[in-house]
Amino acid sequence: MWRPKPMIRSFWLRYGLVVGAVVYLRLALGSIDVNWDRVARGWERAKVLFEGFARPDFASRWEFIQVGILESLAMTVVATALGIVLSIPFAFGAARNIASPPVYLLCRGVIAVARSFQEIVIAIFFVVMVGFGPLAGVLTLAFASIGFLGKLLAEDIEDIEPSQLEAIRSTGATWFQAMAYGVVPQVMPRFVGLSVYRLDINFRESSVIGIVGAGGIGGALNTSIARYEYGTTAAIIIVIVALVYLGEYASGIVRKRVQ
Amino acid sequence: MALIGPSGAGKSTLIRCVNRLVEPTAGTVQLEGVDLTSLSRRRLRLERRRIGMIFQEFALVDRLTVMENVLSGQLGYVGFWRSWFRRFPARTVNRAYELLERVGIADQLDKRADQLSGGQRQRVGIARALLQDPDILLVDEPTASLDPKTSRQVMRLLVELAEEHELAAIINIHDVALAKQFVSRIVGLRAGEVVFDGPPGSLTEDVLTEIYGLEDWSQTARRGGGGDAARDAADDEDDADDDADAVDGAAGGAPASRAAPVPAAAEGPGEP
Repeated sequence: MWRPKPMIRSFWLRYGLVVGAVVYLRLALGSIDVNWDRVARGWERAKVLFEGFARPDFASRWEFIQVGILESLAMTVVATALGIVLSIPFAFGAARNIASPPVYLLCRGVIAVARSFQEIVIAIFFVVMVGFGPLAGVLTLAFASIGFLGKLLAEDIEDIEPSQLEAIRSTGATWFQAMAYGVVPQVMPRFVGLSVYRLDINFRESSVIGIVGAGGIGGALNTSIARYEYGTTAAIIIVIVALVYLGEYASGIVRKRVQ
Repeated sequence: MALIGPSGAGKSTLIRCVNRLVEPTAGTVQLEGVDLTSLSRRRLRLERRRIGMIFQEFALVDRLTVMENVLSGQLGYVGFWRSWFRRFPARTVNRAYELLERVGIADQLDKRADQLSGGQRQRVGIARALLQDPDILLVDEPTASLDPKTSRQVMRLLVELAEEHELAAIINIHDVALAKQFVSRIVGLRAGEVVFDGPPGSLTEDVLTEIYGLEDWSQTARRGGGGDAARDAADDEDDADDDADAVDGAAGGAPASRAAPVPAAAEGPGEP
């Protein structure tokens, strides 16, 4: 009788994996101390938190919120611009079809490092290096943007129509001219789209990295929770969500227009 | 001069060895006494300016306008920032206008290249190559993506322009009938070796069999011109055979290395 081919051919491997997974799950669950008493108390606290959320308080700390938001926006814009400018050379260097092998490895390496750390981790490094405040945030977001834009743009460059580049090279164009005529027109719309998307991401990240002291609205968010001012916390979260939605909407429009 | 032969015979490789889009593994290519194969990157770039190339799939930059595509033929003569801001010398722009008018698409010049039809796009490709003010034209399957009528128009335009500018042209072409109709010298290539070199009149059934292998060549060999639908259909069948040959060629060894002894054929720029 016909049966579908199993995904894993070997009988022992197939069922061995299942048994192994179940055993590990059981052991892992056992290692986590589930304290039902604390879960119950957590429920109480959550009620206080959500009661605060139900009454968002924009007024009493408005200046505090405003400063944080403006700082976040400034960090976002500066970091994105910096990230875009710095990512371009790395992207061209990390495209296998146009870069020489040593340059390729170097640029891929930089991009891999920039991508392998979560923003919070990078932010902690920069806070240690340059101290608390928005400078650390800008450096964090710019660094992360290089990884993001560099990788995606490099992949776009690798996907270009090679015949167009070949034709430009055959006219006697220099390397830079060949890039400007044979590559840039092919990747420009995607690159604009990616940059706007990264602007969007950077704003969201800017509200998180503030928690570790890298400036922006995240700091205000953290402080309000520490002071049990849940009304203010709710207000900050509402402002962040509104701005993120606005940013997403705007970036969607821009990306549609450039395609 | 037309270069014919089955796919995989090394036609494209051969003409790409001239401007070194493909690096030849052995042998030399000379253009008016300059050994192109031994040039440094920089000297090669300067020599490429006088070698115009026209491509099978047109190879226009889709997202640039017709005018920008044509002007890109002058990239070897202007600095980076001038080309970046599209500030080409007035003389160059005027020349581009003239060429666009000559190839018959001056009214399309601000359209994006990907908005044009196949025939129009190849005309842009021709104008781009001519704006280089080349000494020789390398033409790689100029009609393979075009319908029979447009193919004839484009071939006629190419041959006329080569004569007007006293240009040598090496034209890779699948369509034997088309080659015979428009070109005065035909070179047949098989597996990287020249097996025929002569005027279209002496391209007999035996010669075609020698180049392409056994087939019924009676229709193709008999006449030099015309180009009716029936023969085009027959040519399409030939193309299918060529594809099979291409597979054989790939299995038998890299065509690039086989092309090596041939480039001598590309030497004489004075004989179109």
